[in-house]
Amino acid sequence: MEQAKPDGVTPSQTVGPYFAYGLTPNGKYDWNDTFSNNLVTADTSGERIRIEGQVFDGDGEVVPDCMLEIWQADAQGRFSDPQDKRALPNTSFKGFGRIGTDANGGFVFNTIKPGQVADPDGKPQAPHIVLAVFARGMLLHNYSRIYFDGEAANAADPVLALVPADRRATLIATRQPGNGNAVYRFDIHLQGDKETVFFDV
Amino acid sequence: MTLVYPVQSLAAHPPRLSPAYKSTVKRSPSKPLIPMRHTLSELTGPVYGHETVRENDHDLTVQGKGEPLGERIIVHGHVLDEDGRGVPNTLVELWQANACGRYVHVVDQHPAPLDPNFTGAGRAQSDAQGYYRFVTIKPGAYPWGNHHNAWRPAHIHFSVFGHSFVSRLVTQMYFPGDPLFPFDPIFNSVTDEKARDRMISSFDLENTKPDWALCYRFNIVLRGRNATPMENK
Repeated sequence: MEQAKPDGVTPSQTVGPYFAYGLTPNGKYDWNDTFSNNLVTADTSGERIRIEGQVFDGDGEVVPDCMLEIWQADAQGRFSDPQDKRALPNTSFKGFGRIGTDANGGFVFNTIKPGQVADPDGKPQAPHIVLAVFARGMLLHNYSRIYFDGEAANAADPVLALVPADRRATLIATRQPGNGNAVYRFDIHLQGDKETVFFDV
Repeated sequence: MTLVYPVQSLAAHPPRLSPAYKSTVKRSPSKPLIPMRHTLSELTGPVYGHETVRENDHDLTVQGKGEPLGERIIVHGHVLDEDGRGVPNTLVELWQANACGRYVHVVDQHPAPLDPNFTGAGRAQSDAQGYYRFVTIKPGAYPWGNHHNAWRPAHIHFSVFGHSFVSRLVTQMYFPGDPLFPFDPIFNSVTDEKARDRMISSFDLENTKPDWALCYRFNIVLRGRNATPMENK
């Protein structure tokens, strides 16, 4: 059914300081979580990775009331969305995660390394995760991307190529030393000299 | 049908730096955002399963042991795209203060009572036509520290997904005729009056349930247009 044609989108407003009990209760409130920061189930195929970091404001203070959402392809570069017409070999992998930052602005996602996804010209993009950042003091969420260091494909990625060379590092998660599952560090700076690149999408 | 998401639609949103709302000053980007074409990563989004929406999650008045205090209301409407088509089967999450203007969040120190029968969180899934419906309590206004004698107009927070990761929207629904509108920097961060009006629900007498609850209608318009519109319609 078609309604009267709207005269525009509904404007965005901040999530405010109190979203946690509704969106990220995580056992602290009497409400169940819709989503979590763990995207992996036992039958998910792909390389297990952990992405961890902190969120900082323009003064370098940690942001303890931030919500992060990620969306990514599976290890074969396919999205769990019927708009991606290719068959999904990895049906248990939903590709979406959400977390509220802790008192130190910290966050963790347990997921898998995504495969490569083509750009609109069919050119492969380097493995990446798309990120949305919400917080009190943010009237509209910011979009960014998480890439991975040590990826040869980064050099030819068409989106990274749009970013001034001296800011590209803000989009690249750095592999942490250690054994076991790969751990990547990805800090988010909302403002300032180290400001994370945000995209106008 | 393929949807496109023109960046021009973003003009309705508030600027990220809106100094009257003080918390934006240190949390908004100081460098220009970088434009890019949408790829499959932006054009797809989470397909919400039915699994976590429970039978009574849309009714915030039956989640406690007893009924919450306050004015019972129905809030309903359609989730639409920019062409006015319903967005089917999409997740709608909401959270709000109780009738006294108090949130259950641990950080909320407003000296107004909590209601043991009201959490203030709900969720629903839009139906095949994009229609959603909640039953809740009208939230109260509450003070905040932005400036002297700052009070937020009564509002309900909404979080909606839509057809792609770039149609994602978090907004606030307001109530018609609120005397606090002229003084609220968050509401007024949206500079266009017509756009601001789209955040205000309308009183819906037709769907007000006699002897039971007032009704408010709130349509939520997400980004997304038909890539090949029919010009002869």
